Amino acid sequence: MIWQLEFIILLLVVVCGVAALTVRDLLGAAILFGAYSFMMCLLWAIMGAVDVAFTEASVGAGVSTVFFVAAVFRTSRRSRD
Amino acid sequence: MTAAGYINLIIAKYNYWIYIVLMCVGLWGMIVKRNLVKKIIGMNILQTAIILFYVSIATKKGAALPILAHHIGAHRTDPATIINPLPHVLMLTAIVVSVATLGVALALTINIYKRYGTLEEDEIHDLMRNA
Amino acid sequence: MKRFALLAVLLFGALLVYGTTDFPDWGDPSSPAATHVSPHYIRHSLEETAVPNIVTAVLADYRGYDTMFETSVIFTAGLACFFLLRVFARKAPDSRLYRHRATGITLRIEQGGRLPEGAREFERIDSQWVPYDLIIRTACRLVLPFIQLFALYVVAHGHHSPGGGFQGGVIFGAAVILYAISHDLRSTLQMLPERRTVLMSAGGVLIYAGTGLICLLLGAQFLDYAALAGILGVDPIMARSHGIFIVEIGVAIAVMAVMVSLYYNLASVGRFDEGL
Repeated sequence: MIWQLEFIILLLVVVCGVAALTVRDLLGAAILFGAYSFMMCLLWAIMGAVDVAFTEASVGAGVSTVFFVAAVFRTSRRSRD
Repeated sequence: MTAAGYINLIIAKYNYWIYIVLMCVGLWGMIVKRNLVKKIIGMNILQTAIILFYVSIATKKGAALPILAHHIGAHRTDPATIINPLPHVLMLTAIVVSVATLGVALALTINIYKRYGTLEEDEIHDLMRNA
Repeated sequence: MKRFALLAVLLFGALLVYGTTDFPDWGDPSSPAATHVSPHYIRHSLEETAVPNIVTAVLADYRGYDTMFETSVIFTAGLACFFLLRVFARKAPDSRLYRHRATGITLRIEQGGRLPEGAREFERIDSQWVPYDLIIRTACRLVLPFIQLFALYVVAHGHHSPGGGFQGGVIFGAAVILYAISHDLRSTLQMLPERRTVLMSAGGVLIYAGTGLICLLLGAQFLDYAALAGILGVDPIMARSHGIFIVEIGVAIAVMAVMVSLYYNLASVGRFDEGL
């Protein structure tokens, strides 16, 4: 296990999570949430939870991003905070 | 405890600190953010933080993946050399259930938008009070 | 309000930090989570179920009840989304848009009228239609069969590698969703109608629960796949392996159908006419 790699991914997870909550464009928030999920999946793959990582890669980074985009497309894209 | 002791504590459990940070971020998003989609994102961050916690307690230093090779005799498998599979099982189903709850939450959000024309919580409150 | 929320979050974080100091060290093999029941799974799952992937064995065999009810939670979520969003508007839409393929001229037909049959050079388009990108359409159509094949592989090979019913089902559903995004919702609905997705999601749960019920009828406990040995014609250990596989197929069908039906409902706001 390369600890530098793990450290960078841990940092990116936190950055993507905070960015997904602070960005004002909801479409951007959905994409950032997808990036957050994928970083999380890499982190779990490093920890040896391959099944969990596989599920998160297909569910979190794939399907739930599509659901977010569909919901934002059908409602409004702007957010005040 | 000495300073070296604290540093050891921080390094020995650094994954746990990240899960605490992520849980706080998710909770903060759920409470402070007024936009409903932002609240759902906060809820999902909270969920993944809990999953990270479960995966963290499953790890063992220097252990192999929980997939055995056929030729290894089952009686010779030492539990200390294989990562604990039980939290993985619990979390695997939790992820798929989280996407199902995400679908229901987004459906509710779309219904609210159809009725009130906005996703901001305070505006919805005003509209409900005036109606 | 914001200050109060920040205070609550900081208090929550402080409590978690206080609790975490008592945790066992990261990666400790003798931590409480790794001592009680999980050594049994690691030592005996291969000889008891003949499944090398311990996660799959625990998921579908030792904790079969858990997974069965998780599957029914997913099924319930699909139903809830259907009841929340689906509108059965019998009245015809206000207007339909048709685009001439060769010239790009768009016709708008009001009051529920439609083009005569056999007008092949026109195609119906969505109100928020954007010109199709030939590259995206072709690339998606090229890649789709491989995604579906990979999904089936993930389901079938879940015994020996990461994967299983949940992942395979989600990937198969994602393939259908990709088709709906790269083409349009109407053509996807022709291939996989709404009624079929609902039937498939119920059928997947039925396969899972039915396997358990057959075990019950054969005199064993609910979801004890070793009882299937007589039907399948194998020894009880291989019967458990095959039972896990049958159950995984049910999970995959249910998850795939629920994902697709959630997408249909969310993308068209329950009207099933125009998609993303």
